[in-house]
Amino acid sequence: MADLSLSNGRDVAAPSRSSWLGRARPRSSAGEAALRRRRKLGPGPVIPYGAALGPVLLLILWSLGSATGYIDDRILSAPWTVATTGWDLIQDGRLQDNLWTSFVRSFWGLFWGIVAGATLGVIAGLSRIGEYLVDGPIQIKRAIPALALIPLLMLWFGIGEGMKILTIALITFAPIYIQTHDGLRSTDARFIELAETLDLSNAQFLRHVVLPAALPGFLLGLRFGVTYSWLALVVVEQVNATSGLGYMINLARTYGQTEVIILCLAVYAALGLSSDWLVRFITRKALPWRKILAD
Amino acid sequence: MAQDSRGLSPEPVVRVRDLTRRYGERTILDHVDLDIGRGEFVALLGRSGSGKSTFLRALAGLDHGVPGSGGFEAPDAVSVVFQDARLLPWKKVVDNVALGLGGAAPRERALRALGEVELTARAEAWPLQLSGGEQQRAALARSLVREPELLLLDEPFGALDALTRLRMQALLLDLCARHQPAVLLVTHDVDEAIHLAQRVLVLDQGRFSVDIKVDLPDEPGPRERRFAEVRAHLLTSLGVTERELRRVA
Repeated sequence: MADLSLSNGRDVAAPSRSSWLGRARPRSSAGEAALRRRRKLGPGPVIPYGAALGPVLLLILWSLGSATGYIDDRILSAPWTVATTGWDLIQDGRLQDNLWTSFVRSFWGLFWGIVAGATLGVIAGLSRIGEYLVDGPIQIKRAIPALALIPLLMLWFGIGEGMKILTIALITFAPIYIQTHDGLRSTDARFIELAETLDLSNAQFLRHVVLPAALPGFLLGLRFGVTYSWLALVVVEQVNATSGLGYMINLARTYGQTEVIILCLAVYAALGLSSDWLVRFITRKALPWRKILAD
Repeated sequence: MAQDSRGLSPEPVVRVRDLTRRYGERTILDHVDLDIGRGEFVALLGRSGSGKSTFLRALAGLDHGVPGSGGFEAPDAVSVVFQDARLLPWKKVVDNVALGLGGAAPRERALRALGEVELTARAEAWPLQLSGGEQQRAALARSLVREPELLLLDEPFGALDALTRLRMQALLLDLCARHQPAVLLVTHDVDEAIHLAQRVLVLDQGRFSVDIKVDLPDEPGPRERRFAEVRAHLLTSLGVTERELRRVA
């Protein structure tokens, strides 16, 4: 039977296949044509440390502009002025002190943001009632710009550290809540079916299926949350503060010290980049099964 | 109609009576009866949309909220293998096999099951590192480690290449010979159905239009003749015309 169908198939396919080969042959067997490679499409080859090219170019332009006097020192200080100012500020300890104050504020704000975001996300993600109670108020809160809440928070909590940490927490918990809730709710229906056929208990289903499935969402929310925490920090420190990076910037603006402002911005950039790197590092460690996708 | 399979087997493990399922206005299963004997291997054929998956999902208890009537008796230990292997990507292969497994030493039993499907070497791998055939073998191990009395297979080899499919079919026959579950295999591949099953059903218009015993003889000559006969019968009942049959099949 199998033989029969094979030979049948060959008879039918033979004419069309040979004509296909006939068309293909001249191109592949003609000597010079075979050696010619096609032009490769795409963005081009990878250059080691190529990502540094843009920032370095900016730094060079900035240096050239400052050295030739094309950039007014009162508008933008020269890179070396910023560097020496930074060194002076480290020497007298002002930079570290303010950086530490800012870091602690941001850390605690983010910490409570994570606790609140993850807890509420789990409550809303795992139970329908929880979602009805929690999700509405959070969506309303999200629709109110965070800055608009600050006057009320100042009236309620004064202008101390508590109010600053609370503001940061209020801003950071939203993305963590949303991503966790979404991760819990969008568990693949195929896996839910699988869990049913394996007769998993509710607890087993949560532990082995739902929570691991939601983890990537939570970590994505965490990445947004960390970025937002620096944003929120700038907001609370520029409104009213007597210490911290934002306070340093405000003070420098009063005295027209662009080098201090630039320095603080550079510190913000370093904080933002390194914390983002840290979250990505944690993500890689927490989701080892994903790494092989990138390999 | 060929629904007189009742009483063929002395001790049916699956007993479906008057099962009806509807999607909107369409009746997918129309008062269907079926008995499957202990250790019997049944293949279910049907055109796409004929309701063969609906029937399997009903037996698996997965058709929540699909309106219908009738009922069925099925054993407690039922395993399902889907067309996609459905391994949890965040669990190593062995932990996928052991997932939700009760009793003593689940991990050891999972490893033994992986040995049966020749996957011991990949026990500690992540599912995404496996080839399609390996993933489906892991899914088979996961279903067999539970010692099912009824094994439901929903086009389990449909997504595999021809060579891998052949090897998986041989493996499945070996495993079924060893574990002796009753099997319901849903497939659209007529040859697969005849090769694997002892009995083949065709689902058409919500009813079983064909219910035949395959019983291929052992001698090569009669075996091929019987195979061709059954095949032509099944293909015809699936709507393949005489002309199409002569031309390619």
